[in-house]
Amino acid sequence: MAVEAPPRPPSTGLAPSHPALDPRIPSGPLGQKWERRKFEMKLVNPANKRRYTIIVVGTGLAGAAAAASLGELGYQVLSFCYQDSARRAHSIAAQGGINAAKNYQNDGDSVERLFYDTVKGGDFRSREANVYRLAEVSANIIDQCAAQGVPFAREYGGALANRSFGGALVSRTFYARGQTGQQLLLGAYQALMRQVAAGQVRMHPRTEMLDLVLVDGKARGIVVRDLVTGAISSYAADAVVLCTGGYGNLFYLSTNARGCNATAIWRAHRHGAFFANPCYTQIHPTCIPRSGEYQSKLTLMSESLRNDGRVWVPRKKGDTRPPDRIPEDERDYYLERIYPTYGNLAPRDISSRAAKHVCDEGRGVGPGGLGVYLDFRDSFERLGRKVLDDRYGNLFEMYERITGDDPHQVPMRIYPAVHYVMGGLWVDYELMSTIPGLFVGGEANFSDHGANRLGASALMQGLADGYFVLPYTIGDYLVRAGRTKVDDTHAAFRDAEATVQARIRSLLDIGGTRSVDHFHRELGNLLWNDCGMARSRQSLQHALAEIPKLREAFWHGLKVTGTGEELNQELERAGRVADYYELGELMCLDALEREESCGAHFRVEHQTEEGEALRDDAHFAHVAAWEWRGPGQRPVRHQEPLAFETVALQARSYK
Amino acid sequence: MRIVLDIWRQRSPAEQGKFVRYEVPDVSEHMSFLEMLDVLNARLVEKGEEPVAFDSDCREGICGTCGFMVNGEAHGPLTKSTICQTHMRHFHDGQVLRLEPWRAAAFPIRRDLVVDRSALDRIIVAGGYVSVRTGSAPEANAILVPKPAADRAMEAAACIGCGACVAACPNASAALFTGAKISHLGLLPQGQPERPLRVLAMSAQAAAEGFGHCTSIGECSAVCPAGIQLEVIARMNGDFIRAALSRRDEQEPMATVPRSSPVRARTAERQQKVE
Repeated sequence: MAVEAPPRPPSTGLAPSHPALDPRIPSGPLGQKWERRKFEMKLVNPANKRRYTIIVVGTGLAGAAAAASLGELGYQVLSFCYQDSARRAHSIAAQGGINAAKNYQNDGDSVERLFYDTVKGGDFRSREANVYRLAEVSANIIDQCAAQGVPFAREYGGALANRSFGGALVSRTFYARGQTGQQLLLGAYQALMRQVAAGQVRMHPRTEMLDLVLVDGKARGIVVRDLVTGAISSYAADAVVLCTGGYGNLFYLSTNARGCNATAIWRAHRHGAFFANPCYTQIHPTCIPRSGEYQSKLTLMSESLRNDGRVWVPRKKGDTRPPDRIPEDERDYYLERIYPTYGNLAPRDISSRAAKHVCDEGRGVGPGGLGVYLDFRDSFERLGRKVLDDRYGNLFEMYERITGDDPHQVPMRIYPAVHYVMGGLWVDYELMSTIPGLFVGGEANFSDHGANRLGASALMQGLADGYFVLPYTIGDYLVRAGRTKVDDTHAAFRDAEATVQARIRSLLDIGGTRSVDHFHRELGNLLWNDCGMARSRQSLQHALAEIPKLREAFWHGLKVTGTGEELNQELERAGRVADYYELGELMCLDALEREESCGAHFRVEHQTEEGEALRDDAHFAHVAAWEWRGPGQRPVRHQEPLAFETVALQARSYK
Repeated sequence: MRIVLDIWRQRSPAEQGKFVRYEVPDVSEHMSFLEMLDVLNARLVEKGEEPVAFDSDCREGICGTCGFMVNGEAHGPLTKSTICQTHMRHFHDGQVLRLEPWRAAAFPIRRDLVVDRSALDRIIVAGGYVSVRTGSAPEANAILVPKPAADRAMEAAACIGCGACVAACPNASAALFTGAKISHLGLLPQGQPERPLRVLAMSAQAAAEGFGHCTSIGECSAVCPAGIQLEVIARMNGDFIRAALSRRDEQEPMATVPRSSPVRARTAERQQKVE
């Protein structure tokens, strides 16, 4: 792959640079677009719905919600997940909360404000119409979840409680202790199990999608591997929905679950689904710092802690005194100092970079100087231990379990870690990719968060896609596409199965000496250093030169024990890591070509004198959507211009 | 520190298993238990031996994927913790640890420390939900929930579905798991309409899966990573008795409804008389 950056692309006006990139945004004023589109949609005859089969891959918030809702509508749904139960998808680990424009606090919230905060939070790199729809349906999500029995936090009068989150000046986040993701997912999972009982959904747990099957240019099925027996088989459908999460595990160490992977979306990309904005990867500011080489994952401490915790480092470099010996006037509460309006609740990208900055200055704390304090001392004095334990008890416990330190006694130590990706498969307003019949929901798509996601917005987007968008848009597609019978005896399925089998064999046959984790860690280190919190032309070119070497080493030095016809966890991981080399390359290439800083994408060449991100709206107010051209071929960068009709583009300031 | 492991190795459900001894000589106290096994596995792979299969995913104690017995204790010696959240600082140099999979007839073994817990899913399928269709929900604040009820429902809902309760129970009962879901939904106004049916259906499914009965031993609660208390079983039993005594679908109807057309019914009556 060539690494020279081409000359700056000129702004393309409002036409996408590839006909497949038509976002199909409905006409009319922003507030009427979704209603209008829903009315334009064609409806499937209720008696015909059972004749359609829909595949949903992934059972997180988006996948479980979509599968359950499609089942309720009467479609035959096939649901797949690699976990042993649908309830274990990684949405379960989201801690802090879910945003909704209910304005229950009477503090001035509205659909418009949630819309505006999200567009601004995303540093003006998201589609207005999508974000507006997200804000509109946010209130329905809370209604839906409360009705399912999600035990949201309540006030004494019995009404729902709220808290604040980064990037907002209103209190609009709903929560269930520090386990909001768990409770929302269990709600969606239970709705899904209800459809299993009704015979509308057939579950396939411990089953991993390894390829997408196209017939006549449309997505018509998938090839899967049974992770217990190793059997390769195919499933045919009238539409395929990928809700398979993000690719943060590319970096090896991240807050994602061990099994999270990009294979489903990457296989789809190789079949023609464009990949949008792969360089938008979010680094979360409040994670527990790593403790050693053997570290297998990083643990997030909810951003909600920043409501009551104050972030600081010593004023002096290399100050090794224990935190309680550092007097008040020798502490630098740097977020409060630099961003007085938002203070400790500055958005994630900004807080992460500020932490990196003070650590780079040599003022970091803990082993290796890679950490900052998150201190609850003042809040304990102000509110008392009981109030704080009510809010964060399980997080305090978790921190103590992992580090052996009690946050009641000593300040927490935190450091940024890879957490979420805004990039993903390109989708239009209806969440359909550039492959007809292939829909993408949740973190797996790129749609709503622009260059940076605000806290408590991932749960909102996953459930919005799953409950309130996909069930409508898929029906419309099914009618427009017309019903043609394709089953898994079609030759395309045999071909895809053969390809999958060959790939498994090639992984098993490498016959090297090192385990998968060794290679994955190596790739992760490279990407974290060269394409992490701060990126430069030089670092990205370095990464692009190194990745092919690492890939070579992988395909020569990997050892996978056992066979393909059994439960083989090394083989599962090997297939996922093999895809990361290609995806990692695309991420670096995208970061190199986006010659601006925006949101989570920070190019050191493009910053203000104060070190803030410097956007280039004239040249980069667009979505970069990459087209696969074959192994070893340079992918092609297309553009979908972003039109800002309601929101005025401005420098994003949280000061 | 040096840790000695006796690990249950079983290649497939059909094959015989046995304990195999391994040593990890250089364990750091900051490692999590599963990271220690990662290190062991990487070395096994490098020697060309098959690594130990064990389940894990989030590695932060919330997904419920991990779990095995350490010296006879589900999730190891730490209370209110999954094995992924147990760090090696709780063990000492030279310690011998025996690792076995969850043992229960309803959890068939798949490989090494991996078992099949789909029976727990089927208990939820039997009725562990509120039947609400997407889009049909009322305004969220239209139904107020007293804070104590919401808080207690949250405590019961915190179950991570790991199956430690079953593994620890001498009867291999799933009462804590089933009771937690029944209590969560039964404490909320949204869960009331289906409350009697739910407890009957879920209990019947648990029995059908081969889980034993509860004899109030309390091992389940002692090992539960979410700290769920035996009270959820008491609530389930209370609901069960109430529901069993008032099975609504078997009660006499409030009014008789003609099952077929009146004319045919009369003809049938006459025919009966003739016969």
